Amino acid sequence: MVLWDAAEKKVIASVWAKVDIEADGFQALLRTLHVYPWTKRYFSHFGAMSTLKDIESNPKVRAHGRKVMAAVGDAISHMDNIKGHLSQLSQLHSDKLHVDPANFELLGNNIVIVLAVKLGNDAFTPEVQATFQKLVAVISSALTREYH
Amino acid sequence: MVHWDATEKQTITSFWGKVDLAADGEHSLQRLLYVYPWCRRYFHKFGDLSTISAIRKNSHVRAHGHKVLSALGDCVPHLGDIKGHLAQLSKLHCETLHVDPANFCLLGNTIVVVLASHFGAKFTPEVQAAFQKLVAEVAAGLSRKYH
Repeated sequence: MVLWDAAEKKVIASVWAKVDIEADGFQALLRTLHVYPWTKRYFSHFGAMSTLKDIESNPKVRAHGRKVMAAVGDAISHMDNIKGHLSQLSQLHSDKLHVDPANFELLGNNIVIVLAVKLGNDAFTPEVQATFQKLVAVISSALTREYH
Repeated sequence: MVHWDATEKQTITSFWGKVDLAADGEHSLQRLLYVYPWCRRYFHKFGDLSTISAIRKNSHVRAHGHKVLSALGDCVPHLGDIKGHLAQLSKLHCETLHVDPANFCLLGNTIVVVLASHFGAKFTPEVQAAFQKLVAEVAAGLSRKYH
């Protein structure tokens, strides 16, 4: 069971209020697909993604980035029971999508990087970073939980 | 053997020229020690690292962050043979410092986060990919002489 203190909840709420679900979600997914190219295999139905330009201009990448970031936002609304909240999505990723759960951490790291790019060193302090690294680790763990 | 294309080399060289070794080094080590607290066990001689305030004020953290980032910078002119260039440092980390090599990846990721926060939108996906390749190669180089 994950415990969040008041400071962590406040950091997450105030940073999340500045997140642009579409633009930041797109950046997080596109960086994952570009930096870790094997992740493209999960999205062969998206069409052209062989170069960074293809990925950047692919509307399915943009739409899916938005969907993933919105799901992170939903997890934040259920912070006290992220495992329970994500159990259906976990089953989906295991039973239907067959995603190697190591990739959840890669996407999580890219969400952290996108926030660092957006907020800069002054606002993306070590405390903010630690809080978001905890959040993405909890989300990864929850998405992995129903794997069998 | 790692191959770097001309674009990757150019990206790394031109961005490295704008890195502030003291400030970015300090931020990288601060973040490593705060986000991954078990890393503090390697730095008992630094004194108080128990809170983020203590880490921020600690002059050893500043000095050592600078040293580590400078060592990373020394790899940039040796991109074609990072493993060879880091052989001695690798032996040191194994035989004398006894550092778990998993921590090299954590520091590498932390350096990428610091560069992202320093450069903002200029830290494009291509720049990120080049630097993630660099830190991965440095982590591999530092792990190579472990036995």
